[in-house]
Amino acid sequence: MSFIGKPLAASIVAATLAAGISGAAAQSPQRGGVLNSTLWPEPPGIVIGINLNAPTLLPSSKMFEGLLTYDFRMAPQPMLAESWEVSPDGLTYTFKLRRNATWHDGKPFTADDVVFSVGEFIPATHARSKPTFERVKASAPDPHTVVMRLSEPYAPLIRSFDALSAPMVPAHVYRGTDFRANPANQSPVGTGPFKFKEWRKGEYIHLVRNDAYWQAGRPYLDAIYYRFIPDSASRALALESGQVQLATQTDIEFVDVARLGKLPNLKVTTQGWEWNSTISWIEMNIRRKPFDDPRFRRAVLHALDREFIRTNLFFGLAKVPTGPIHSSSPYYDADVPRYPYDPAKAAALLDEMGLKPGPDGVRARVKLMGLPYGELWNRLSEYIRQSLGKVGVAVTLEATDVAGWGNRFANWDYDMTTTFLSTLSDPALGVARTYITANQRKGVLFTNTSGYSNPRVDELFAKAAGTSDDAQRKAMYSEMQKIVAGEAAIAWLVEIDWPTIHDARLRDAVVNAFGPNDNFAGAWLAK
Amino acid sequence: MRFLTFLLAWAVKAAAIVLTIVVLNFCLIRLAPGDVATVLAGESGAADPEFLARTRAEFGLDKPLAAQLLTYVGNVLTLDLGVSYRTRRPVADMVLERLPATLMLTGAAFVFALLVGPALGVLAAIRARRPADTAITVLALLFYAMPIFWVGLILILVFSVTLGWLPPFGMRSIIPPVGDVARALDVPRHLVLPTLTLGLFYVAIYARLTRGAMLETAGLDFVKTARAKGLPEWRVVGAHVFRCAMLPIITFAGLQAGHLVGGAIVAETVFAWPGIGRLAFDALLQRDYNLLLAVFLASAVAVVLINFATDLLLRIADPRIGAGR
Repeated sequence: MSFIGKPLAASIVAATLAAGISGAAAQSPQRGGVLNSTLWPEPPGIVIGINLNAPTLLPSSKMFEGLLTYDFRMAPQPMLAESWEVSPDGLTYTFKLRRNATWHDGKPFTADDVVFSVGEFIPATHARSKPTFERVKASAPDPHTVVMRLSEPYAPLIRSFDALSAPMVPAHVYRGTDFRANPANQSPVGTGPFKFKEWRKGEYIHLVRNDAYWQAGRPYLDAIYYRFIPDSASRALALESGQVQLATQTDIEFVDVARLGKLPNLKVTTQGWEWNSTISWIEMNIRRKPFDDPRFRRAVLHALDREFIRTNLFFGLAKVPTGPIHSSSPYYDADVPRYPYDPAKAAALLDEMGLKPGPDGVRARVKLMGLPYGELWNRLSEYIRQSLGKVGVAVTLEATDVAGWGNRFANWDYDMTTTFLSTLSDPALGVARTYITANQRKGVLFTNTSGYSNPRVDELFAKAAGTSDDAQRKAMYSEMQKIVAGEAAIAWLVEIDWPTIHDARLRDAVVNAFGPNDNFAGAWLAK
Repeated sequence: MRFLTFLLAWAVKAAAIVLTIVVLNFCLIRLAPGDVATVLAGESGAADPEFLARTRAEFGLDKPLAAQLLTYVGNVLTLDLGVSYRTRRPVADMVLERLPATLMLTGAAFVFALLVGPALGVLAAIRARRPADTAITVLALLFYAMPIFWVGLILILVFSVTLGWLPPFGMRSIIPPVGDVARALDVPRHLVLPTLTLGLFYVAIYARLTRGAMLETAGLDFVKTARAKGLPEWRVVGAHVFRCAMLPIITFAGLQAGHLVGGAIVAETVFAWPGIGRLAFDALLQRDYNLLLAVFLASAVAVVLINFATDLLLRIADPRIGAGR
């Protein structure tokens, strides 16, 4: 809550207090009730792994579970594994599984399902977790124990067992089939507190309570409907009128979030996206001039008032970052070269490079391909154009749509572009991919698209991933952050605090790092 | 005989037009950069070269464009429209399951506009330059000029959020209402606001068209003759003036009917109406070529058929058309 902009924060505190007082008598969860949530766009499928789109994860995470889940600080908590142990050399992970968990079709959940999920299903389908689990050799000494072995330590592994990164899928349904064409993808079978009921195309996905759920007495909700409402203004009205009780991430325009937060029937929180830790940045194509010169990139950072971007474009739902690692990460180091708003310094850096203003006051002409994700991003592009214009860098805006943007970005066909990316639960998973030389792969999005390369940075990332000692990892990531920030590899703009807007009667929906992507076993509706 | 020739000529023309549209559409959408593999990777926040290559190979997107076109046209001629890249379901099913919702909405708006628009136009023409005329003209101008999405949002704000009379979005209640009457009225209740939103725009057009045509016709000699031979005013207006003024209305109704399949994207978006316009729009953004082409095809066939119906209607309303050829 403390992350929210000031005007909003005050009203939310007031609303929380009011709700706290009136609801004090009824704080124990109540059974019953139907939750309506927005979901947009309509997902291509609802099995995590087969699809990884944000709208796939929201309904899918109610049906599928991981071995572990994580609290707001990303510390592991039991889920389908009731306990676990990591050997001191960091090479062997042993999980003890729940004995009473069953699949939605009634079959018991066993170690064989885990071995199949991490050994076959995830490496074959899950683009994000494939590299992690390809390192793992899993075996099942007994039906309730799983042992995973590594050939060398891989520190991020312990943060990779959540439902989104490593969903457990039923071996008896998928083994030996074409995973992508399996009919169960249309009617998923998981272990989660909610079961698939119906998907009315163009209208909603309907999940119902799993009466045989392994956590006795849970879940509290009878059903969840994910409703597809294409227009963001209509989504805001739906929340306002109480037709839906939950919306998150990009569902509601940031400009509307503050307004909705002031309504007595709604609450806003920015917790519950810690697993994602999103940073937005300007990526400059380092293969092209003048972006190859770190002084130019530093000048870009000095020319931008990121505090202004935070408050006026993101309406306070953001923080100003200092470098490649998100400030919520345990490996974050704030002691790095900083780039405060200072147009004079920017001009001096450009002068030093020999980019003197011409007769029209222009030092350089560049193109900015703005992220085509709607009004907020258009305004951001406009702001960047104006700010760089003031220090003599003339920016031409290039319009694209999502597919065109992805295509040009992945194929290195751009000068500058705005983007945002999840830095995930561990720097080895979500940060390294943007900076290491080995990950420059033309045609593939979310790789090292800028062309940044520094052998020392490569070495630090590689060593830190293979070190199990946390203090040593911290030191390596600190050095990496100092180098990458010093070279201004990328112009970090804001850490985005995705809002979750929910009805005041919806309780315990945001309880860990996954917020709206949690399984909702404990969520309930006050009468 | 003349009618048979007309029918035959029309059928040949229609087939040629639809085939041309298929080829043109295929080429046009490939001008947009990026493909479905990039889009899916972009939405996932994770990409993997193997995944990209597999997706492209699965749908033949790695083959030369000419080969893809030939395959596609061949498939269309055998009525096989392929599967959606995104959902891997047959696109014909996806289009057919969305079609009724769109036809219900655009059809209701069509009927509403055709009933109310010309009536208002006639009223305005009879009361030309009097308060009723001014009121109708101003309102018509207003609804003609206001963006559809804005009218929709205002209607939601007034009738759903403030008054709570009508549901703000969707096509039916998630939890079916209790009682037979309430259940029967569920979809119609959801239909009211989107119909008004889409219909008011057309009402405005029809009202303006009718008023103009009526006033123009009213000054013609045959109307004076009708009055001179002592016909009652309602017959002069109804049988003489309005019949003439109907021609532009039929022409425009033909145009509007052409939009029955694909013309409701905005209303469908604002009201989360599960129709085909929205399906096409998303398919375009997601580069789901097969799905998009199927919607285009359905829409092209509808336009061709409706043009045919319009031609027939015009011949009936005005026997001079077609007779002169």
